Amino acid sequence: MDITPWQKVKLARMPVRPTGLDYITKLFDGFLELHGDRFFGEDRAIVGGLAFFEEIPVTVIAQQKGRNTKENIARNFSMPHPEGYRKALRLMKQAEKFKRPVICFIDTPGAYCGIGAEERGQGEAIASNLAGMMMLKTPVISIVISEGGSGGALALGVSDRVYMLEHAIYSILSPEGFASILYKDAAKAEQAAKDMKLTAQDLYKFGIIDGIIPEPPGGAHNDYEFVMDRVRKVLKENLEELIRKPVDRLLEERYEKFRRL
Amino acid sequence: MEKPVVPQGIMTKCPRCGKPIYTKLLLKNLKTCECGYYFKVSAYERLAMIIDNNDFKEFDPQLFTRDPLDFPGYGDKLVKTQLQTGLVDGLVTGLGRIEGEPVMVGIMDSSFFMGSMGTAIGEKLTRMFERAIKEHLPVIIFTASGGARMQEGIFSLMQMAKVSAAAARHSEEGLLYITVLTDPTTGGVTASFAMLGDVILAEPGALIGFAGPRVIEQTIGQKLPEGFQRAEFLLEHGFVDRIVERHELKSTLGALLKLHRQHDLHKAEAMELAGNEPG
Ligand SMILES: [Zn+2]
Repeated sequence: MDITPWQKVKLARMPVRPTGLDYITKLFDGFLELHGDRFFGEDRAIVGGLAFFEEIPVTVIAQQKGRNTKENIARNFSMPHPEGYRKALRLMKQAEKFKRPVICFIDTPGAYCGIGAEERGQGEAIASNLAGMMMLKTPVISIVISEGGSGGALALGVSDRVYMLEHAIYSILSPEGFASILYKDAAKAEQAAKDMKLTAQDLYKFGIIDGIIPEPPGGAHNDYEFVMDRVRKVLKENLEELIRKPVDRLLEERYEKFRRL
Repeated sequence: MEKPVVPQGIMTKCPRCGKPIYTKLLLKNLKTCECGYYFKVSAYERLAMIIDNNDFKEFDPQLFTRDPLDFPGYGDKLVKTQLQTGLVDGLVTGLGRIEGEPVMVGIMDSSFFMGSMGTAIGEKLTRMFERAIKEHLPVIIFTASGGARMQEGIFSLMQMAKVSAAAARHSEEGLLYITVLTDPTTGGVTASFAMLGDVILAEPGALIGFAGPRVIEQTIGQKLPEGFQRAEFLLEHGFVDRIVERHELKSTLGALLKLHRQHDLHKAEAMELAGNEPG
Protein backbone atom coordinates (compact mmCIF):
# COMPACT_ATOMS: atom_id res chain seq x y z
CA MET A 1 0.00 0.00 0.00
CA ASP A 2 1.28 3.45 -0.89
CA ILE A 3 1.90 5.87 1.92
CA THR A 4 0.59 9.38 1.20
CA PRO A 5 2.85 12.44 1.65
CA TRP A 6 0.82 13.52 4.68
CA GLN A 7 1.20 10.07 6.25
CA LYS A 8 4.92 10.38 5.68
CA VAL A 9 4.93 13.73 7.46
CA LYS A 10 3.30 12.11 10.48
CA LEU A 11 5.55 9.08 10.29
CA ALA A 12 8.68 11.21 10.07
CA ARG A 13 7.66 13.04 13.23
CA MET A 14 7.03 9.93 15.34
CA PRO A 15 9.09 10.11 18.53
CA VAL A 16 9.79 6.36 18.39
CA ARG A 17 11.87 6.75 15.24
CA PRO A 18 15.64 6.48 15.68
CA THR A 19 17.10 9.89 16.55
CA GLY A 20 20.51 11.36 15.75
CA LEU A 21 22.08 9.92 18.89
CA ASP A 22 20.73 6.46 18.08
CA TYR A 23 22.65 6.53 14.81
CA ILE A 24 25.74 7.89 16.53
CA THR A 25 25.82 5.22 19.24
CA LYS A 26 24.94 2.33 16.94
CA LEU A 27 27.09 3.16 13.91
CA PHE A 28 30.17 4.73 15.47
CA ASP A 29 32.73 3.67 18.04
CA GLY A 30 34.00 5.74 20.94
CA PHE A 31 31.91 8.84 20.30
CA LEU A 32 33.45 11.79 22.12
CA GLU A 33 31.08 14.74 22.25
CA LEU A 34 32.50 18.24 21.84
CA HIS A 35 30.45 21.20 23.00
CA GLY A 36 30.01 24.87 22.32
CA ASP A 37 30.43 27.42 19.55
CA ARG A 38 33.30 29.33 21.28
CA PHE A 39 31.29 32.57 21.01
CA PHE A 40 28.12 32.38 23.02
CA GLY A 41 27.13 28.98 24.26
CA GLU A 42 26.21 25.37 23.85
CA ASP A 43 23.14 24.36 21.85
CA ARG A 44 21.85 20.94 22.73
CA ALA A 45 19.61 20.82 19.66
CA ILE A 46 22.78 19.86 17.78
CA VAL A 47 25.11 17.13 18.98
CA GLY A 48 28.63 16.97 17.58
CA GLY A 49 31.90 15.25 18.20
CA LEU A 50 34.52 12.73 17.16
CA ALA A 51 34.24 9.00 16.65
CA PHE A 52 35.49 6.08 14.62
CA PHE A 53 33.45 4.82 11.72
CA GLU A 54 34.75 1.43 10.59
CA GLU A 55 38.11 2.41 12.11
CA ILE A 56 38.28 5.76 10.29
CA PRO A 57 38.23 8.86 12.56
CA VAL A 58 35.32 11.08 11.57
CA THR A 59 33.45 14.16 12.77
CA VAL A 60 29.80 13.43 13.31
CA ILE A 61 27.08 16.04 13.77
CA ALA A 62 23.38 15.42 14.41
CA GLN A 63 20.25 17.43 15.03
CA GLN A 64 18.70 15.82 18.05
CA LYS A 65 15.03 15.38 18.86
CA GLY A 66 13.87 14.21 22.27
CA ARG A 67 11.83 11.12 23.02
CA ASN A 68 9.63 12.81 25.58
CA THR A 69 8.66 16.30 26.68
CA LYS A 70 11.52 16.65 29.12
CA GLU A 71 14.13 15.65 26.55
CA ASN A 72 12.48 17.79 23.93
CA ILE A 73 12.63 20.84 26.14
CA ALA A 74 16.34 20.22 26.74
CA ARG A 75 16.87 19.79 22.99
CA ASN A 76 14.52 22.63 22.07
CA PHE A 77 12.59 20.16 19.88
CA SER A 78 15.68 19.96 17.66
CA MET A 79 15.28 23.57 16.58
CA PRO A 80 18.80 24.99 16.71
CA HIS A 81 19.79 28.51 17.69
CA PRO A 82 22.64 30.30 15.89
CA GLU A 83 25.18 28.85 18.34
CA GLY A 84 24.17 25.34 17.26
CA TYR A 85 25.00 26.13 13.64
CA ARG A 86 28.21 27.87 14.67
CA LYS A 87 29.23 24.86 16.73
CA ALA A 88 28.57 22.62 13.72
CA LEU A 89 30.69 24.81 11.45
CA ARG A 90 33.47 24.96 14.05
CA LEU A 91 33.57 21.16 14.19
CA MET A 92 33.54 20.93 10.40
CA LYS A 93 36.52 23.30 10.12
CA GLN A 94 38.27 21.23 12.75
CA ALA A 95 37.57 18.14 10.65
CA GLU A 96 39.03 19.90 7.62
CA LYS A 97 42.21 20.69 9.53
CA PHE A 98 42.67 17.09 10.60
CA LYS A 99 41.49 15.68 7.27
CA ARG A 100 38.55 13.83 8.77
CA PRO A 101 35.34 13.23 6.80
CA VAL A 102 32.16 14.81 8.19
CA ILE A 103 28.87 12.98 8.59
CA CYS A 104 25.69 14.94 9.36
CA PHE A 105 22.32 13.57 10.47
CA ILE A 106 19.54 16.02 9.67
CA ASP A 107 16.36 15.98 11.74
CA THR A 108 14.75 19.32 12.50
CA PRO A 109 11.39 21.06 12.04
CA GLY A 110 13.52 24.16 11.26
CA ALA A 111 15.87 26.68 12.81
CA TYR A 112 14.39 28.24 15.95
CA CYS A 113 12.31 31.39 15.52
CA GLY A 114 12.68 33.57 18.61
CA ILE A 115 14.07 36.77 20.06
CA GLY A 116 17.48 35.39 21.07
CA ALA A 117 17.90 33.61 17.76
CA GLU A 118 17.36 36.88 15.90
CA GLU A 119 19.55 38.90 18.27
CA ARG A 120 22.40 36.48 17.72
CA GLY A 121 21.99 36.32 13.95
CA GLN A 122 20.17 33.17 12.91
CA GLY A 123 20.35 34.31 9.29
CA GLU A 124 24.08 35.00 9.45
CA ALA A 125 24.75 31.66 11.15
CA ILE A 126 22.90 29.64 8.49
CA ALA A 127 24.42 31.68 5.65
CA SER A 128 27.92 31.08 7.01
CA ASN A 129 27.27 27.34 7.14
CA LEU A 130 26.05 27.26 3.54
CA ALA A 131 29.15 29.06 2.28
CA GLY A 132 31.46 27.30 4.74
CA MET A 133 30.28 23.79 3.88
CA MET A 134 30.58 24.50 0.17
CA MET A 135 34.27 25.36 0.57
CA LEU A 136 35.12 22.66 3.13
CA LYS A 137 38.21 20.76 1.99
CA THR A 138 37.09 17.37 3.30
CA PRO A 139 34.30 14.95 2.32
CA VAL A 140 30.84 15.60 3.79
CA ILE A 141 27.87 13.23 3.75
CA SER A 142 24.42 14.24 5.02
CA ILE A 143 21.46 12.00 5.73
CA VAL A 144 17.96 13.34 6.36
CA ILE A 145 16.83 10.76 8.89
CA SER A 146 13.32 12.08 9.61
CA GLU A 147 12.44 15.73 9.17
CA GLY A 148 14.40 18.20 7.05
CA GLY A 149 12.85 21.59 7.71
CA SER A 150 13.91 24.60 5.68
CA GLY A 151 17.18 26.52 5.97
CA GLY A 152 17.62 24.99 9.39
CA ALA A 153 18.14 21.62 7.69
CA LEU A 154 20.06 22.90 4.68
CA ALA A 155 22.62 24.44 7.08
CA LEU A 156 23.88 20.86 7.61
CA GLY A 157 23.10 19.73 4.09
CA VAL A 158 25.53 21.33 1.65
CA SER A 159 27.37 18.07 1.16
CA ASP A 160 29.05 15.80 -1.38
CA ARG A 161 26.31 13.26 -0.86
CA VAL A 162 22.81 13.80 0.47
CA TYR A 163 20.63 10.80 1.31
CA MET A 164 17.17 10.49 2.81
CA LEU A 165 15.51 7.67 4.67
CA GLU A 166 12.58 6.16 2.78
CA HIS A 167 9.91 7.94 4.82
CA ALA A 168 11.83 11.11 5.65
CA ILE A 169 10.65 14.50 4.40
CA TYR A 170 12.65 17.55 3.30
CA SER A 171 10.93 20.84 2.54
CA ILE A 172 11.06 24.61 2.36
CA LEU A 173 8.68 24.90 5.34
CA SER A 174 6.40 22.67 7.40
CA PRO A 175 3.22 21.73 5.52
CA GLU A 176 1.26 23.54 8.26
CA GLY A 177 3.25 26.73 7.75
CA PHE A 178 3.04 26.37 3.99
CA ALA A 179 -0.74 25.93 4.12
CA SER A 180 -1.22 28.96 6.34
CA ILE A 181 0.85 31.13 3.99
CA LEU A 182 -0.38 29.92 0.60
CA TYR A 183 -3.86 28.59 1.38
CA LYS A 184 -4.48 30.92 4.34
CA ASP A 185 -5.55 27.88 6.32
CA ALA A 186 -3.21 25.71 8.41
CA ALA A 187 -5.82 22.94 8.31
CA LYS A 188 -5.00 22.41 4.64
CA ALA A 189 -1.63 20.93 5.62
CA GLU A 190 -2.54 17.61 4.07
CA GLN A 191 -3.08 19.24 0.68
CA ALA A 192 0.12 21.23 1.16
CA ALA A 193 2.12 18.09 1.90
CA LYS A 194 1.00 16.76 -1.46
CA ASP A 195 1.60 19.95 -3.47
CA MET A 196 4.99 20.68 -1.89
CA LYS A 197 6.56 17.43 -3.10
CA LEU A 198 8.55 16.81 0.05
CA THR A 199 9.03 13.03 0.07
CA ALA A 200 12.35 11.25 -0.46
CA GLN A 201 10.90 9.80 -3.66
CA ASP A 202 10.06 13.27 -5.03
CA LEU A 203 13.46 14.69 -4.15
CA TYR A 204 15.26 11.74 -5.68
CA LYS A 205 13.28 12.18 -8.87
CA PHE A 206 14.24 15.88 -8.91
CA GLY A 207 17.92 14.99 -8.54
CA ILE A 208 18.15 16.90 -5.27
CA ILE A 209 19.26 13.87 -3.25
CA ASP A 210 21.64 11.09 -4.22
CA GLY A 211 19.70 8.15 -2.89
CA ILE A 212 16.97 6.73 -0.68
CA ILE A 213 17.77 4.46 2.25
CA PRO A 214 15.09 1.76 2.66
CA GLU A 215 13.14 1.38 5.89
CA PRO A 216 11.60 -1.82 7.23
CA PRO A 217 7.85 -2.40 6.71
CA GLY A 218 5.88 0.21 8.68
CA GLY A 219 8.88 2.48 9.22
CA ALA A 220 12.31 2.79 10.80
CA HIS A 221 11.02 2.41 14.38
CA ASN A 222 9.97 -1.19 13.70
CA ASP A 223 13.50 -2.47 13.24
CA TYR A 224 16.43 -0.28 14.25
CA GLU A 225 19.01 -2.87 13.18
CA PHE A 226 17.54 -2.99 9.67
CA VAL A 227 17.96 0.77 9.31
CA MET A 228 21.41 0.86 10.87
CA ASP A 229 22.68 -1.80 8.49
CA ARG A 230 21.41 0.12 5.48
CA VAL A 231 22.84 3.44 6.70
CA ARG A 232 26.18 1.81 7.52
CA LYS A 233 26.38 0.42 4.01
CA VAL A 234 25.62 3.79 2.42
CA LEU A 235 28.17 5.58 4.59
CA LYS A 236 30.82 3.00 3.92
CA GLU A 237 30.40 2.96 0.15
CA ASN A 238 30.34 6.72 -0.15
CA LEU A 239 33.21 7.37 2.23
CA GLU A 240 35.41 4.91 0.38
CA GLU A 241 34.72 6.74 -2.83
CA LEU A 242 34.93 10.30 -1.49
CA ILE A 243 38.12 9.84 0.52
CA ARG A 244 40.00 8.90 -2.66
CA LYS A 245 38.99 12.01 -4.54
CA PRO A 246 41.50 14.84 -4.84
CA VAL A 247 40.21 17.85 -2.89
CA ASP A 248 39.95 20.05 -6.00
CA ARG A 249 37.71 17.56 -7.69
CA LEU A 250 35.66 17.05 -4.57
CA LEU A 251 34.97 20.79 -4.33
CA GLU A 252 34.27 21.12 -8.04
CA GLU A 253 31.73 18.31 -7.93
CA ARG A 254 30.12 19.66 -4.77
CA TYR A 255 29.70 23.05 -6.45
CA GLU A 256 28.24 21.51 -9.60
CA LYS A 257 25.86 19.37 -7.59
CA PHE A 258 24.06 22.48 -6.31
CA ARG A 259 24.85 24.66 -9.32
CA ARG A 260 22.61 22.67 -11.64
CA LEU A 261 19.53 23.00 -9.38
CA MET B 1 17.35 52.84 -21.32
CA GLU B 2 13.62 52.45 -21.84
CA LYS B 3 11.83 50.29 -19.31
CA PRO B 4 8.18 49.86 -18.49
CA VAL B 5 7.14 52.25 -15.77
CA VAL B 6 4.12 51.50 -13.64
CA PRO B 7 1.80 54.48 -14.11
CA GLN B 8 1.28 56.57 -10.99
CA GLY B 9 -0.93 59.48 -10.08
CA ILE B 10 0.35 63.05 -10.12
CA MET B 11 0.35 63.05 -6.34
CA THR B 12 1.49 60.34 -3.95
CA LYS B 13 0.45 60.35 -0.34
CA CYS B 14 3.05 59.61 2.34
CA PRO B 15 1.72 56.70 4.38
CA ARG B 16 3.47 57.95 7.52
CA CYS B 17 2.72 61.69 7.71
CA GLY B 18 -0.13 61.77 5.20
CA LYS B 19 1.39 64.63 3.22
CA PRO B 20 0.68 64.57 -0.53
CA ILE B 21 3.86 64.77 -2.62
CA TYR B 22 4.25 65.44 -6.34
CA THR B 23 5.16 62.02 -7.73
CA LYS B 24 7.87 63.57 -9.93
CA LEU B 25 9.35 65.32 -6.93
CA LEU B 26 9.21 62.07 -4.97
CA LEU B 27 11.46 60.40 -7.53
CA LYS B 28 13.84 63.35 -7.44
CA ASN B 29 13.99 62.99 -3.66
CA LEU B 30 14.94 59.32 -4.09
CA LYS B 31 11.47 58.34 -2.92
CA THR B 32 11.84 59.72 0.55
CA CYS B 33 9.44 62.03 2.39
CA GLU B 34 10.50 65.04 4.47
CA CYS B 35 9.21 63.18 7.52
CA GLY B 36 11.89 60.54 7.01
CA TYR B 37 9.65 57.91 5.46
CA TYR B 38 11.26 55.71 2.81
CA PHE B 39 8.98 54.58 0.01
CA LYS B 40 9.71 51.22 -1.53
CA VAL B 41 11.92 51.44 -4.59
CA SER B 42 11.48 49.28 -7.66
CA ALA B 43 14.50 47.61 -9.21
CA TYR B 44 14.66 50.03 -12.14
CA GLU B 45 14.12 53.06 -9.91
CA ARG B 46 17.02 51.86 -7.77
CA LEU B 47 19.19 51.49 -10.85
CA ALA B 48 18.47 55.04 -11.84
CA MET B 49 19.43 56.22 -8.35
CA ILE B 50 22.70 54.30 -8.20
CA ILE B 51 24.21 53.67 -11.63
CA ASP B 52 26.13 56.45 -13.43
CA ASN B 53 23.93 57.95 -16.17
CA ASN B 54 21.60 54.98 -15.74
CA ASP B 55 23.94 53.29 -18.23
CA PHE B 56 23.39 49.62 -17.46
CA LYS B 57 24.00 46.45 -19.41
CA GLU B 58 21.36 44.06 -18.15
CA PHE B 59 22.09 40.31 -17.89
CA ASP B 60 19.58 37.56 -18.63
CA PRO B 61 16.58 39.93 -18.81
CA GLN B 62 14.32 37.19 -20.14
CA LEU B 63 15.29 34.44 -17.71
CA PHE B 64 12.16 33.08 -16.07
CA THR B 65 11.21 30.22 -13.77
CA ARG B 66 10.30 26.85 -15.24
CA ASP B 67 7.82 26.19 -12.38
CA PRO B 68 9.78 23.15 -11.18
CA LEU B 69 7.02 21.70 -8.96
CA ASP B 70 4.34 22.28 -11.57
CA PHE B 71 2.55 23.97 -8.70
CA PRO B 72 -1.24 24.43 -9.02
CA GLY B 73 -2.12 27.95 -10.14
CA TYR B 74 1.47 29.26 -10.10
CA GLY B 75 1.82 29.63 -13.86
CA ASP B 76 -1.24 31.85 -14.14
CA LYS B 77 -0.23 33.94 -11.16
CA LEU B 78 3.22 34.44 -12.68
CA VAL B 79 1.83 35.74 -15.94
CA LYS B 80 -0.53 38.07 -14.08
CA THR B 81 2.29 39.43 -11.94
CA GLN B 82 4.55 39.85 -14.96
CA LEU B 83 1.89 41.91 -16.72
CA GLN B 84 1.22 43.94 -13.60
CA THR B 85 4.84 44.77 -12.79
CA GLY B 86 6.51 44.69 -16.20
CA LEU B 87 9.11 42.39 -14.65
CA VAL B 88 9.97 38.84 -15.70
CA ASP B 89 10.84 37.92 -12.11
CA GLY B 90 11.85 39.76 -8.95
CA LEU B 91 15.46 40.61 -9.77
CA VAL B 92 17.43 42.73 -12.20
CA THR B 93 21.16 42.04 -12.69
CA GLY B 94 23.77 43.67 -14.85
CA LEU B 95 26.90 45.71 -15.29
CA GLY B 96 27.31 49.42 -14.78
CA ARG B 97 29.48 52.02 -13.07
CA ILE B 98 29.09 53.72 -9.72
CA GLU B 99 31.12 56.93 -9.45
CA GLY B 100 33.16 55.67 -12.35
CA GLU B 101 33.93 52.26 -10.83
CA PRO B 102 32.77 49.23 -12.83
CA VAL B 103 30.60 46.85 -10.81
CA MET B 104 28.05 44.09 -11.25
CA VAL B 105 24.78 44.90 -9.54
CA GLY B 106 21.76 42.81 -8.59
CA ILE B 107 18.58 44.49 -7.39
CA MET B 108 15.61 42.63 -5.97
CA ASP B 109 12.12 44.00 -6.50
CA SER B 110 9.68 43.39 -3.68
CA SER B 111 6.67 44.10 -5.90
CA PHE B 112 7.17 40.72 -7.60
CA PHE B 113 5.84 37.91 -5.37
CA MET B 114 7.07 39.95 -2.39
CA GLY B 115 10.62 39.64 -3.65
CA SER B 116 10.60 35.95 -2.88
CA MET B 117 13.52 33.92 -4.22
CA GLY B 118 12.82 31.14 -6.65
CA THR B 119 14.91 29.45 -9.31
CA ALA B 120 14.96 32.47 -11.65
CA ILE B 121 16.45 34.73 -9.00
CA GLY B 122 18.85 32.05 -7.81
CA GLU B 123 20.06 31.37 -11.34
CA LYS B 124 20.48 35.04 -12.24
CA LEU B 125 22.45 35.78 -9.08
CA THR B 126 24.66 32.74 -9.58
CA ARG B 127 25.36 33.71 -13.18
CA MET B 128 26.21 37.25 -12.07
CA PHE B 129 28.74 35.98 -9.50
CA GLU B 130 30.26 33.64 -12.08
CA ARG B 131 30.55 36.49 -14.59
CA ALA B 132 32.07 38.70 -11.93
CA ILE B 133 34.70 36.03 -11.19
CA LYS B 134 35.56 35.81 -14.89
CA GLU B 135 35.73 39.56 -15.33
CA HIS B 136 37.32 40.14 -11.95
CA LEU B 137 34.69 42.61 -10.79
CA PRO B 138 33.02 43.45 -7.49
CA VAL B 139 29.36 42.64 -6.86
CA ILE B 140 26.68 44.68 -5.10
CA ILE B 141 23.28 43.18 -4.29
CA PHE B 142 20.30 45.16 -3.04
CA THR B 143 18.09 42.75 -1.14
CA ALA B 144 14.32 43.12 -0.70
CA SER B 145 12.63 39.84 -0.04
CA GLY B 146 9.96 38.10 1.93
CA GLY B 147 12.04 34.90 1.75
CA ALA B 148 11.55 31.77 -0.28
CA ARG B 149 9.22 31.44 -3.28
CA MET B 150 6.83 28.98 -1.69
CA GLN B 151 5.48 27.78 -5.04
CA GLU B 152 8.94 26.51 -5.95
CA GLY B 153 9.31 24.52 -2.74
CA ILE B 154 12.53 22.60 -2.25
CA PHE B 155 14.03 24.16 -5.40
CA SER B 156 13.68 27.53 -3.77
CA LEU B 157 15.54 26.21 -0.71
CA MET B 158 18.35 24.91 -2.90
CA GLN B 159 18.86 28.39 -4.40
CA MET B 160 20.18 29.43 -0.99
CA ALA B 161 22.99 26.89 -1.30
CA LYS B 162 23.59 27.65 -4.96
CA VAL B 163 23.90 31.43 -4.61
CA SER B 164 25.93 31.14 -1.38
CA ALA B 165 28.30 28.80 -3.21
CA ALA B 166 28.79 31.28 -6.03
CA ALA B 167 29.33 34.11 -3.54
CA ALA B 168 31.88 31.99 -1.66
CA ARG B 169 33.80 31.33 -4.90
CA HIS B 170 33.74 35.02 -5.75
CA SER B 171 35.11 35.72 -2.28
CA GLU B 172 37.89 33.15 -2.72
CA GLU B 173 39.09 35.18 -5.70
CA GLY B 174 39.64 38.12 -3.38
CA LEU B 175 36.81 40.09 -4.93
CA LEU B 176 34.56 42.54 -3.11
CA TYR B 177 30.92 41.77 -2.40
CA ILE B 178 28.65 44.36 -0.81
CA THR B 179 25.07 43.81 0.23
CA VAL B 180 22.57 46.60 0.79
CA LEU B 181 19.68 45.35 2.90
CA THR B 182 16.45 47.19 2.19
CA ASP B 183 12.96 46.83 3.60
CA PRO B 184 12.14 43.96 4.00
CA THR B 185 14.94 41.38 3.94
CA THR B 186 13.84 38.13 5.58
CA GLY B 187 13.85 34.35 5.40
CA GLY B 188 16.01 32.45 2.97
CA VAL B 189 17.59 35.59 1.53
CA THR B 190 18.79 36.72 4.98
CA ALA B 191 19.96 33.17 5.70
CA SER B 192 22.10 33.09 2.55
CA PHE B 193 23.64 35.74 0.30
CA ALA B 194 22.33 38.81 2.19
CA MET B 195 24.53 38.00 5.17
CA LEU B 196 27.62 37.00 3.17
CA GLY B 197 28.74 40.47 2.11
CA ASP B 198 32.26 41.64 2.94
CA VAL B 199 30.48 44.84 3.80
CA ILE B 200 26.82 44.81 4.79
CA LEU B 201 24.93 48.09 4.52
CA ALA B 202 21.29 48.72 5.41
CA GLU B 203 18.73 51.42 4.77
CA PRO B 204 17.39 53.06 7.94
CA GLY B 205 14.42 51.29 9.49
CA ALA B 206 14.58 48.29 7.13
CA LEU B 207 13.09 45.10 8.54
CA ILE B 208 15.85 42.49 8.49
CA GLY B 209 15.59 39.03 10.01
CA PHE B 210 15.49 35.32 9.54
CA ALA B 211 11.98 34.67 10.83
CA GLY B 212 9.24 37.16 10.12
CA PRO B 213 7.96 39.08 13.17
CA ARG B 214 4.52 37.45 12.98
CA VAL B 215 6.01 33.96 13.01
CA ILE B 216 8.12 34.83 16.04
CA GLU B 217 5.14 36.32 17.88
CA GLN B 218 3.19 33.15 17.21
CA THR B 219 6.08 30.96 18.36
CA ILE B 220 6.83 32.77 21.61
CA GLY B 221 3.29 33.92 22.31
CA GLN B 222 4.17 37.52 23.05
CA LYS B 223 4.41 40.89 21.34
CA LEU B 224 7.82 41.90 20.03
CA PRO B 225 9.46 45.05 21.35
CA GLU B 226 9.46 48.26 19.28
CA GLY B 227 12.31 48.35 16.77
CA PHE B 228 12.91 44.59 16.88
CA GLN B 229 14.59 43.37 13.66
CA ARG B 230 14.98 46.88 12.30
CA ALA B 231 18.28 47.90 10.70
CA GLU B 232 19.25 49.80 13.87
CA PHE B 233 18.66 46.64 15.95
CA LEU B 234 20.93 44.65 13.66
CA LEU B 235 23.63 47.31 13.86
CA GLU B 236 23.35 47.22 17.65
CA HIS B 237 23.78 43.44 17.63
CA GLY B 238 26.73 43.52 15.26
CA PHE B 239 25.23 42.16 12.05
CA VAL B 240 25.31 45.28 9.87
CA ASP B 241 28.40 47.39 9.10
CA ARG B 242 26.66 50.69 8.46
CA ILE B 243 23.22 52.17 8.15
CA VAL B 244 23.24 54.48 5.16
CA GLU B 245 20.67 57.15 4.33
CA ARG B 246 19.28 56.76 0.84
CA HIS B 247 20.75 60.02 -0.42
CA GLU B 248 24.22 58.93 0.73
CA LEU B 249 24.02 55.43 -0.69
CA LYS B 250 25.60 56.12 -4.07
CA SER B 251 28.55 58.05 -2.62
CA THR B 252 29.10 55.40 0.07
CA LEU B 253 29.13 52.62 -2.51
CA GLY B 254 31.46 54.67 -4.69
CA ALA B 255 33.85 55.18 -1.78
CA LEU B 256 33.82 51.48 -0.92
CA LEU B 257 34.49 50.51 -4.54
CA LYS B 258 37.42 52.95 -4.73
CA LEU B 259 38.85 51.53 -1.50
CA HIS B 260 38.78 48.07 -3.05
CA ARG B 261 40.07 48.93 -6.50
CA GLN B 262 42.16 46.05 -7.79
CA HIS B 263 45.74 46.48 -6.69
CA ASP B 264 47.37 45.79 -10.04
CA LEU B 265 45.22 48.44 -11.68
CA HIS B 266 46.05 50.78 -8.85
CA LYS B 267 49.76 50.17 -9.23
CA ALA B 268 49.64 50.56 -13.00
CA GLU B 269 47.96 53.91 -12.59
CA ALA B 270 50.44 55.00 -9.96
CA MET B 271 53.32 54.02 -12.21
CA GLU B 272 51.80 55.85 -15.11
CA LEU B 273 51.55 58.93 -12.95
CA ALA B 274 55.14 58.56 -11.80
CA GLY B 275 56.27 58.08 -15.41
CA ASN B 276 54.57 61.32 -16.42
CA GLU B 277 56.44 63.30 -13.85
CA PRO B 278 59.36 65.29 -15.17
CA GLY B 279 62.89 64.17 -14.25
ZN1 LIG C 1 5.98 61.67 5.21
